[in-house]
Amino acid sequence: MGLITLKNVSKSFDDVEVIPPLDLEIRDGEFVVFVGPSGCGKSTLLRLIAGLEDITSGRVEIDGVDVTEVPPARRRLAMVFQSYALYPHMSVRKNIAFPLRMAKLDKAEQSRRVESAAHVLNLTEYLDRRPGQLSGGQRQRVAIGRAIVREPEAFLFDEPLSNLDAALRVNMRLEISELHQSLKTTMIYVTHDQVEAMTMADKIVVLQAGVIEQVGSPLELYHNPRNLFVASFIGSPKMNFLRGDEADRHGAHTIGIRPEHIRISANEGEWKGTVGVSEHLGADTFFHVRCEELGATLTVRADGDNPLQYGDSVLLAPELAKLQRFDADGLRIT
Amino acid sequence: MARAVPARRKMLTTILGWGVGLTIFFPILWTFLTGFKTEAEAIASPPSFLLFDWTLSAYDAVNQRTDYLKHFWNSVVISFGSTGLGLLIAVPAAWAMAFVPAKRTKDILMWMLSTKMLPPVGVLIPIYLIFRDAGLLDTRLGLVIVLTLINLPIIVWMLFTYFREIPVDILEAARMDGAELRSEILFVLVPMAVPGIASTLLLNVILAWNEAFWTLNLTAAKAAPLTAFIASFSSPEGLFYAKLSAASTMAIAPILIVGWFSQKQLVRGLTFGAVK
Amino acid sequence: MISPAVALLLCWMLVPLGLTLYFSFLRYNLLMPGMEQWTGWTNYYFFLTDPSFWDAIRNTLTLVIGVLIITIIGGVLLALLLDQEMWGRNIVRLLVIAPFFVMPTVSALVWKNMFMNPVNGLFAQLSGLLGLEPFDFFAHAPLSSIIAIVSWQWLPFATLILLTALQSLDREQLEASEMDGAGSINRLLFIVLPHLARAITVVILIQTIFLLSIFAEILVTTNGGPGTATTNLTFLVYAQSLLQFDVGGGSAGGVIAIVLANIVAIFLMRMIGRNLDA
Repeated sequence: MGLITLKNVSKSFDDVEVIPPLDLEIRDGEFVVFVGPSGCGKSTLLRLIAGLEDITSGRVEIDGVDVTEVPPARRRLAMVFQSYALYPHMSVRKNIAFPLRMAKLDKAEQSRRVESAAHVLNLTEYLDRRPGQLSGGQRQRVAIGRAIVREPEAFLFDEPLSNLDAALRVNMRLEISELHQSLKTTMIYVTHDQVEAMTMADKIVVLQAGVIEQVGSPLELYHNPRNLFVASFIGSPKMNFLRGDEADRHGAHTIGIRPEHIRISANEGEWKGTVGVSEHLGADTFFHVRCEELGATLTVRADGDNPLQYGDSVLLAPELAKLQRFDADGLRIT
Repeated sequence: MARAVPARRKMLTTILGWGVGLTIFFPILWTFLTGFKTEAEAIASPPSFLLFDWTLSAYDAVNQRTDYLKHFWNSVVISFGSTGLGLLIAVPAAWAMAFVPAKRTKDILMWMLSTKMLPPVGVLIPIYLIFRDAGLLDTRLGLVIVLTLINLPIIVWMLFTYFREIPVDILEAARMDGAELRSEILFVLVPMAVPGIASTLLLNVILAWNEAFWTLNLTAAKAAPLTAFIASFSSPEGLFYAKLSAASTMAIAPILIVGWFSQKQLVRGLTFGAVK
Repeated sequence: MISPAVALLLCWMLVPLGLTLYFSFLRYNLLMPGMEQWTGWTNYYFFLTDPSFWDAIRNTLTLVIGVLIITIIGGVLLALLLDQEMWGRNIVRLLVIAPFFVMPTVSALVWKNMFMNPVNGLFAQLSGLLGLEPFDFFAHAPLSSIIAIVSWQWLPFATLILLTALQSLDREQLEASEMDGAGSINRLLFIVLPHLARAITVVILIQTIFLLSIFAEILVTTNGGPGTATTNLTFLVYAQSLLQFDVGGGSAGGVIAIVLANIVAIFLMRMIGRNLDA
């Protein structure tokens, strides 16, 4: 079981409160992603759950048991670090076996579990190497292997993919999702990359300055962001925002419209604009359109073979049903 | 990307480099060679470089006239003793400073270093008098104590700079893997700290071995290490170049070899981590 | 866990220092035990007005500055040379750093007797072969001879540190400056030397600490002479207290040495302290 509950948890370093009191429930088997800009407190929150940081006030429960005072070694959680934190003086085999050795499992069981983890992670032929002799992706796998062998209540991932190159990152993303599907164990995953959050999570927790801005499934956040911050953080490219007259016309302080919800053409639409830089991704093209009347540059998605060019005059047609309205405090008007 | 160096240029730098290197090394080489000459050959003009009758007579003479082994053993006891004692005191201190830093840690480190700046001559008299009254003059224990104290700041600093480089992540990973404090120290911290401790040990043995202020001033005969033993050759009696060379070779050879092995750590250690 | 180390060092620092300070105000001679009496600043007065004190200060400064100039310039050149690709570079490196591991008494005696001796020394023999008059180093240039010996001992240290610093220079920075049109002289002046500035400062400060206390080299070669020609502050204090048994005067000298060393130390501590934050 891996039910994790935070009750009124807060954290201060010296006199600075980095996480004001918050509540959060993570259900058994869920894949939860903490996402937010750097310095938002997401890693700190993860370390509070791990027990690597002391909680200033409140309590952490695992499966209903208060573990606030329990040292990390006894929380039965496994963690994958950003730096991988492999033991440089041990072979891959010993690295993976370390938690089992600590749990005093018998040798036969240890090697059985190490072999099977190595098999799953394609590490079998590297078992006798030292971490220093492995590539970034392989080290990442060893770190994951070390986490899975002990069959923890939950996995904690602290930005595990940020040291990998782009192609490898997509691969490992899939592997971790695959792992979650087969293990069905609770996973808590910290990242600043909203694409990772959207693609992997059952539930996303958006954090800013230690405060939970919104909790929900990826599509909930995409369709119904609670406020301006979530609206701008989720989605790629970012949502376009307009203020002033155009927002007033829709009875809002700010209005937002996603690039995929604007149609671009030479002759049809209500906003006039001039095509600026265009980004051709093949399947899609993103145009950056300068709209003098609105006093803004909007990003618009179009088909991959759209022939518009730099300097062309165009008209933009927003899908009004998808338009989102925000009040002066940044909260979405529903 | 490194670019290929033209062979001609590499040839020139090689010749220049070896020329300079051998020039600097020459006094040591010459001493080594002279130790195998007879006293007459040692001052023969023109000097012979390699083509002389190699003999161990100078070594025999040194060993007969003086008790080389006793001084050698004094050097070993004093340098290893002071370094070992220093490590015993410094390891816990450096560990605490690196992993549980408090607000004053930095100040304490700087203050420790400042004691190293104290010119030894400034405290020579009190130490001499205290040692005289405590019966520590010309004892190995006395020198172990003094050398421990004068090298303690360096030992703490070196250990601190090594310990600080052990990533905290790894210790946390061990905790997450279910390691209690004892296992964390035993299986993770110690294996990662051993290389640092070893190079601290080597460097401080070298420093203590070659220390020549306190060893000259606080010993007479009984506890005199090799530095003082060699100093006894400063008032020459007859022909003594070969004997001086033989004794010098025996005094520096062990530590020169240790030094060659620890040259990388030397820079870090002696600059307190300011140059790596 | 820090406290044993701190306590020990505190004792080591305060007790002898306090005693030195106390003795420096006493008339205290080891040959006349029981005759100690308070004399105020007299010891300082005599020590500071003794002409040999000013000789010692001049010799100390000459020794420190002379060795620093030789080792820094030589060290930079050697470091630049050893940074080049060559066959057997590691062996050359070992040859160059070897003198650092030679104990001071050995290097002083070997140089004095086997090289600089006016009759049988290697230099005398070589000049004899060339038909020149042999030069009596310790009679005519005693301080310069000691500077040469000490420089030989410390050149490896400077070289090693400067070489380490040189190797940490980002190669892309050099290539960028090359693309910007800098020739090899300009690269040395504007990229390499500024990069070495910090390491040079470290070398200067650390060597100064050690060079201020040079002792064994003087003791076994010249015993401070002829006259006071090679007496530095450390040797003067030693001679005053352990040869003339004037503890009071020696202590006053010790206090002066401490004050001088502290002026250097303050700069060194600032450097290292800054590094601690970085």
